[in-house]
Amino acid sequence: MSEERRTTAGTPARSTGYVIRPDQYYDSVFLMGVNSRLSKAAGVRQSAVLMGSQANKALLADIGIRARAIDEASANDLVIAVVADDAQAVDVALKGVDAALLAVETGTTRSEVHTLEDGLRRQPGANLAVLTIPGEYVYPEARQALEAGLHLFIFSSNVPLDQERELKRLAADRGLLVMGPDCGTSIVGGVGIGFANAVRRGAIGVIGPAGTGLQEFTCQVHHAGGGISHAIGTGSHDLSDDIGGATTLAALEALERDPSTKVIAIVAKPGGERTREVLISRLEACGKPVVACLLGVTDREPGPGLEWSATIDEAALTAVERCAMAVPRPASALTMTDPGLGLQDDRRRAARQRYVRGLFAGGTFCYQSQQILSRAGLKVLSNAPLNEDRRLQDPTQSVGHSLIDMGDDAHTRGRLHPMIDATLRAQRIVAESLDPEVAILLLDVILGTNAAPDPVGDIVAAIVEGRGLRPQEAGEVTVVASICGTEGDPQDLARVAQALIDAGVHVFWSNARATEYCLARLEGAN
Amino acid sequence: MDMTEPTDALLNEPLIVVNLGLAGFANSIEEQDVVVVQVDWLPPAGGDQEMIDLLDKLL
Repeated sequence: MSEERRTTAGTPARSTGYVIRPDQYYDSVFLMGVNSRLSKAAGVRQSAVLMGSQANKALLADIGIRARAIDEASANDLVIAVVADDAQAVDVALKGVDAALLAVETGTTRSEVHTLEDGLRRQPGANLAVLTIPGEYVYPEARQALEAGLHLFIFSSNVPLDQERELKRLAADRGLLVMGPDCGTSIVGGVGIGFANAVRRGAIGVIGPAGTGLQEFTCQVHHAGGGISHAIGTGSHDLSDDIGGATTLAALEALERDPSTKVIAIVAKPGGERTREVLISRLEACGKPVVACLLGVTDREPGPGLEWSATIDEAALTAVERCAMAVPRPASALTMTDPGLGLQDDRRRAARQRYVRGLFAGGTFCYQSQQILSRAGLKVLSNAPLNEDRRLQDPTQSVGHSLIDMGDDAHTRGRLHPMIDATLRAQRIVAESLDPEVAILLLDVILGTNAAPDPVGDIVAAIVEGRGLRPQEAGEVTVVASICGTEGDPQDLARVAQALIDAGVHVFWSNARATEYCLARLEGAN
Repeated sequence: MDMTEPTDALLNEPLIVVNLGLAGFANSIEEQDVVVVQVDWLPPAGGDQEMIDLLDKLL
């Protein structure tokens, strides 16, 4: 195997270098894990570990790394590039590449099977294909899976809308379900796929495009003593007018027929106007009780079997009540913080502290919190705003009340999602802690399969660091967090909650309640 | 078509999964006692989009 390696001594303050490993393909999560290690090497300002696709080469050019060998690299060649303080730092970092690759590789299993066709040969009875490959390659593989009679769960994002539409059309012809693209979670017959929480099985079937919205709903049902028959993720574009709710409507029909589902819930952002109307008439005609929470749709009249909920919590409680299976809430490991502590925080606040800053891993949490605060009359800005006129100019700079979706494209390009890697969010926690106008920090913590094994270690360290750096006269920042998870999740809910409480964080088990608590504390501030 | 709709079968029969891509997804499904075939997927034709399009047309 030949390897191309080059270090360029640039200006005294900046050197760059790269390594190309031909014919070494790795998936993006693996590469981002390697990048995360490389970026921590001494003197490294920026690093990139990626496959040599056209889009990635453009990214490298953007950070000032250009070379003929990079231009000639293919999508099967691994490219590692570093920008550092000096040539020596570049050299040391690039020499550490093998160690970083090995460290991330340890624990990952390798398979002998490399194509869908071979996979199907091994398991001819397969009924579900799960796709996490880059979006540009999804269509032919997904089509092949549908033609072989498999349902699909497509986690991959960046699948062109015309391809999504075509896949959903092909699926409809065959009576198959396409969960996704850009689908974070589903629970099918008790089996969690993607990012899912360990929830009780039961009689509530739920449909939703958003990953964290579905996770929150299933956890709230679990906490209220209910259970989930199926949770069908539909993908973030399904309710757009381009797609027309193809998967949502198919899932609704399936849950309507499903004998184990007694109540159907839908948790989603409002979607396209045309699609919303079609969906609502379909919900009204559903043969089973329906609980609808289309975040932001609050002006609808309930129908005979259709009830509306403004928040995910309310939707979950209503669904549990409709099942007539509510049991007393089990004693939970999650201790609620003493409400009196909040009042103490209020007293320790300086006059300039007026704003709430939300830093979210879950897009739905960012959305729901904006709604709750906006409904209370606050002007809230966001990088993922409810309306365009509330868009934050620079997602990295909060202004006034700002709620940031840290999982948006700008924060995740070439990086792991904040549900897996808290590095960026930790940095932002420190930055917000130093802003004299900040009164409250609002966070979400998401547990479940495939989420970070320790979701709060970096966050707690950042809270403590921020508190230490903040001048005493600036007053104290109240930190509030919601946990989306159950006692059955691999991260150990009790330990996570205790770590937050020990760091002085006010902990709630739903995003809506945490947000309402912020509102109460803000009233103390203004 | 079979008497049962394919979606009814999906919701009520044991899952058998082919996982294309991230091994972590396969592992988390396997831990729930589901049969999973892990496919360590590689971009076709070296990832060259023009070549893929050409092959798609030829095949």
